[in-house]
Amino acid sequence: MSSTSTPQKEPIIVARDLYKTYGDLVAVDHIDFKIYPGECFGFLGPHGAGKTTTMKMIYGFSPITSGHLTVFGLPVQSHSRQIRARLGICPQEDNLDPDFTVLENLLVYARYFGIPKSVALDRALQLLDFFDLLHKKDQIIRTLSGGMKRRLLLARAMINHPEVLILDEPTTGLDPQARHAIWDRILSFKEQGVTILLTTHYMEEAERLCDRLVIMDHGRILVEGRPQQLIHDLVGHEVIEIYPANGFVDRIRERFPDLEVETYHNRLEIFLRESDTEVTEYILEHLQPPSLYVRRATLEDVFFKMTGRQLRD
Amino acid sequence: MNSFWMKPDLSWRMWTVWQRDRDVYWKTFKVNFLPPLLEPILYLFALGFGLGAFVKEIQGIPYVQYIAPALVAISMMYNAFFECTYSSFVRMYYQKTFDAIIATPVSLDDVVMGEILWGATKALINATIVLAVVMAFRLVTLPHALLIIPFSFLAGLLFSAIAMFFTAVVPSIDSFNYPFYLFITPMFLFSGTFFPMDVLPPILQKFAWATLPLTHVVSVTRALAMGTWPAQGWASLLWMGGVTVLMTYLSLALMRRRLIV
Repeated sequence: MSSTSTPQKEPIIVARDLYKTYGDLVAVDHIDFKIYPGECFGFLGPHGAGKTTTMKMIYGFSPITSGHLTVFGLPVQSHSRQIRARLGICPQEDNLDPDFTVLENLLVYARYFGIPKSVALDRALQLLDFFDLLHKKDQIIRTLSGGMKRRLLLARAMINHPEVLILDEPTTGLDPQARHAIWDRILSFKEQGVTILLTTHYMEEAERLCDRLVIMDHGRILVEGRPQQLIHDLVGHEVIEIYPANGFVDRIRERFPDLEVETYHNRLEIFLRESDTEVTEYILEHLQPPSLYVRRATLEDVFFKMTGRQLRD
Repeated sequence: MNSFWMKPDLSWRMWTVWQRDRDVYWKTFKVNFLPPLLEPILYLFALGFGLGAFVKEIQGIPYVQYIAPALVAISMMYNAFFECTYSSFVRMYYQKTFDAIIATPVSLDDVVMGEILWGATKALINATIVLAVVMAFRLVTLPHALLIIPFSFLAGLLFSAIAMFFTAVVPSIDSFNYPFYLFITPMFLFSGTFFPMDVLPPILQKFAWATLPLTHVVSVTRALAMGTWPAQGWASLLWMGGVTVLMTYLSLALMRRRLIV
C-alpha cells in the first residue's frame, strides 16, 4: 500500500525488550517494535505466536512480565486507564452486549468513556450510517449476521474517536462481501489519520492494509518490514508450482543450481528472483509435468518461509 | 498492576456499570417485579396463616407477624446472591460483557464494584416490594419499618460481596449449587427466620452468629419492623460492615487474578 509512515515523527507505541510468560510458557519473548502515528501496522503469525498477547499488553488486559511498553508516551503498567480512553479495541470474539439493541450497544459503550449522551447519540447514528447498520438500529444483537456483528464491533471501537484502533483478526470467518466491507471502512479510518494495529491470519488482508508488519512465531519477531519489500527480499518475484513433483526436483536442481526449490507433499515450488521465462520453458519442454502454475510471489510465501509448514493446532 | 494485594483501582466509572445493569433491568421491569410480589404472599399464607394456626405465637407475637420481617430479609439475601452469582457469571463468562467494558477507561475493579452495587440495589428494590406486601397485611410498625429500605441496601452489599467472591472462584456455573445448598439454604432455615434461634443448642447459636450473615440481617430487620432496635444491633452492623469490606476486597483481588492474566 502507500508509504505514509514517516520515521521523523515520534512513535506512538514503543516496545523494548518486551517479555511475557504464563507460568512456564513464554508467550512473548523479548520483542522490540515501534509504531508511528498514522500507519497501519500488522502482527502476523500462526496460532500461539504471541500476537494477541502483545495486543493485550498494549491495552492493559495482560500485565507485562518484564521490559518496556509505552503507548502515547505513557507506560502501560501505570496509565492503563488513560491509554484505553484513547484506544479503540475491536476484539476477536463477539462481546457485544446481548441485553441491548444495536443503537443501545453504542450508547451504553459511550457512557463507559464518559461521553455525554447527546454527543454519543450523534456519533452512534453517524457510525451506524457509515457501517450500513442504521436500518438495524433497534434490532437485538442476536438477530444480526456475523458480518453485521463485526461491523458493529468496529463501530463500537470508534465511538470514542480513538487515536489508535486495535483490530484482532477483524475479518476471520466472514464472507468476501463482508470482508471487503470491513477493509473499506478500515482504510477510510486510516485516511482520517487513525493509527491501526492489526493481527491477522490472512496474508491478502495484511498485504492490502498494512504499511509495515512483523511476522511472529513462538513469541519472537522473525522479520519486520513493508509487505512488498519483504516479498521481494525474502521470496522474490514469481513462483512456479509443479504437481506432482516426483523426480523433477533433482533434474531442476541439476540444471539450475542457483534456484531456490522446495517440496511439500509432492508439490514443488520454485522461487524466481526475477521474472524468468527460461526456467518455465525448460520445464515445459523437458519435464512436461502434469500441472504447472506460475504465479506472483505473495506474503504467504514469506509467511511459510519464516514459520514453516508445520500444523499449529 | 495485577498484584493480588494492590490497592483497588476504583473510580466514579463504576456507576456506568451499575447504570448498564439498571438499564437492562428497566427493560423488563414488568416481568421482573411480579415474582417478588407474589412469593411472599405465598409464604404468608402457607406459613403465616397455615402453620400459624397451630403455632399461634412466638415471643408474644402472632406467628405471621413473626415471619413477615424474615421474608423481607430473605428477599435481600436471595436477590443480591442470585444477581452476583448466576447473573454476574453469565455476563462475565458467557456474554464476555466484562471484557468488553474493560476495553474502555473502566477498570475491572470498577466493573466488579458496579456489579456489587447493582446486586445491593436489586436487594433494595425487591425488599421494598416485599415490605410493601407485608405492610398491606399490616404486619409491621410504621413509620419505623421504612428504615428497612436503606438497611436492605447494606444487607445487599454484604450478600453481593459474598456472591461475587464465589463468582470469582467457581470453575463453572454449575458450581454455584454448592454455596446455594450448603450456605444459602441453611441460612434460609436456621437464621431465626421461621423459629427463634434460642431453641438451637448454644454451640449452634454461636456458630450461626459468627458465620451466617442472615442471622444479623434478620435480627435487625425484625427489630426495625417492630419499631425497636436489637440489643446487639450495633454489633450486627459492625459484623456486616467488616465482612462486606473483607469480601469485597477478596472479590476484587480474585476477579483480577481470574481475568487479568
